[in-house]
Amino acid sequence: MFDFLYGYGPSLLEGALITIILSIVSLFVASVLGLITAFMRLSKIRFLEIIGLLYTTIIRGIPELVMMLLIFFGGQVLINKMVQSLGFDVYIDINPFFSGSMTIGLIFGAYMGETFRGAYLAIPVGQIEAARSCGMNNWKLFTRILFPQMTRHALPSFGNNWLVLVKATALVSVIGLEDVVRKADLAGGSTHKPFNFWIACALIYLLITSVSNRIQRALEKRYNIGFQESDA
Amino acid sequence: MNFSIIFDNWKLYLEGVILTLQLVPLSLLVGFSLALPLSVMRVSKNKVINLPVYWFTYFFRGTPLLVQMFLFYYGLSQFSFIRDTFLWGFFKEPYKVALLSFSLNTAAYTTEIFRGAIERLPAGQIEAAKSCGMSQWVMLKRIIFPIALRNSIPAYGNEVIFMLHGSSIAGLITLVDITGAARIIYARYFSPAEAFITAAVLYLILTFIIVWAFRLLEKRFLSYLKN
Repeated sequence: MFDFLYGYGPSLLEGALITIILSIVSLFVASVLGLITAFMRLSKIRFLEIIGLLYTTIIRGIPELVMMLLIFFGGQVLINKMVQSLGFDVYIDINPFFSGSMTIGLIFGAYMGETFRGAYLAIPVGQIEAARSCGMNNWKLFTRILFPQMTRHALPSFGNNWLVLVKATALVSVIGLEDVVRKADLAGGSTHKPFNFWIACALIYLLITSVSNRIQRALEKRYNIGFQESDA
Repeated sequence: MNFSIIFDNWKLYLEGVILTLQLVPLSLLVGFSLALPLSVMRVSKNKVINLPVYWFTYFFRGTPLLVQMFLFYYGLSQFSFIRDTFLWGFFKEPYKVALLSFSLNTAAYTTEIFRGAIERLPAGQIEAAKSCGMSQWVMLKRIIFPIALRNSIPAYGNEVIFMLHGSSIAGLITLVDITGAARIIYARYFSPAEAFITAAVLYLILTFIIVWAFRLLEKRFLSYLKN
């Protein structure tokens, strides 16, 4: 096995670890942004509703790669201009991990927003009215009534977003992050066996997506207890 | 911000738009044509027929398009049976490799979209077709595809948008598509904001056109489903 990778196996695994950590951090950012966006779009305050709508529509209309290049390179120039106009003579490098996870989080926040909004709309209004009439405040309503049920409705689409997100992280190699794609590229270049490394890289992604699928199915089963459709 | 550099280089962006508008529709066309037979094979009960298609869609949907493109572009050059034969004429061309990887990728997603639509067909319709004495082929042509393809329109619209956005990686293998043009402008003038915002706006416009076109298609073909 390691003969196939010419001793670059550990380096590839290191890259895979970066890919996984980056995906998880991005997923967290996306989920928080998604929840905020969903409630903005559902809010009765027109201004918030429009901001939420603009965010989800514009972000979902632009390729991930373009967003990433814009935020990474554009952000770099913007920050340095700001620093220089304040009179400091230093050059600041943005950390690619930070900007990569923020960009992916920002993009998938828009998709998550739609996911959570759909999940909220799937909860019968009567339940929300009932919770209110029991005297629950917004926080209690969210933690006791909305969140547990939204989880069930959101899971299929949430899992799908996760899979798309993991694959989108491959693009961070473009802004210099040492993820599995970059490691495969480097190893393929120095051994002159690029095929071995691109296949290995593809298999690592397949492994991640397959394991995710398993977990998603188990979670869906868990959250659908009591709602199971007959398998007839 | 200084957008005059964009106006000075509008021809480069135009070139990019034209390349994107070649790559995406061509890949979609090839992918769609492959997906029609593949989806029928995928729903077959014969394992020898459905398993290869299952593995094909599993691989292409489970890995990033970027890795697939690099696998074809950089990976295959490792083998002398490709480098030293007529195949090299194909695989050394970034345009053809991009087209190949995009086509196979969208074929995999489209196959699964069609499979879903075929499996959701009401059993009664198939039974009715059979009881009228239709052969497998006639049934596919007259009953299964017309209904399944109509029902696939919303999901396929999303796939078209994904393909448009996915095509932005073509610039990474030296092609000058919209993103490639933006990267050239960025490198030449060191003005990332102008270069990439222009690209983003072009993609947004194309995305809105696709959304609008699919809304028309849905109105034309799916309005009978609305009550």
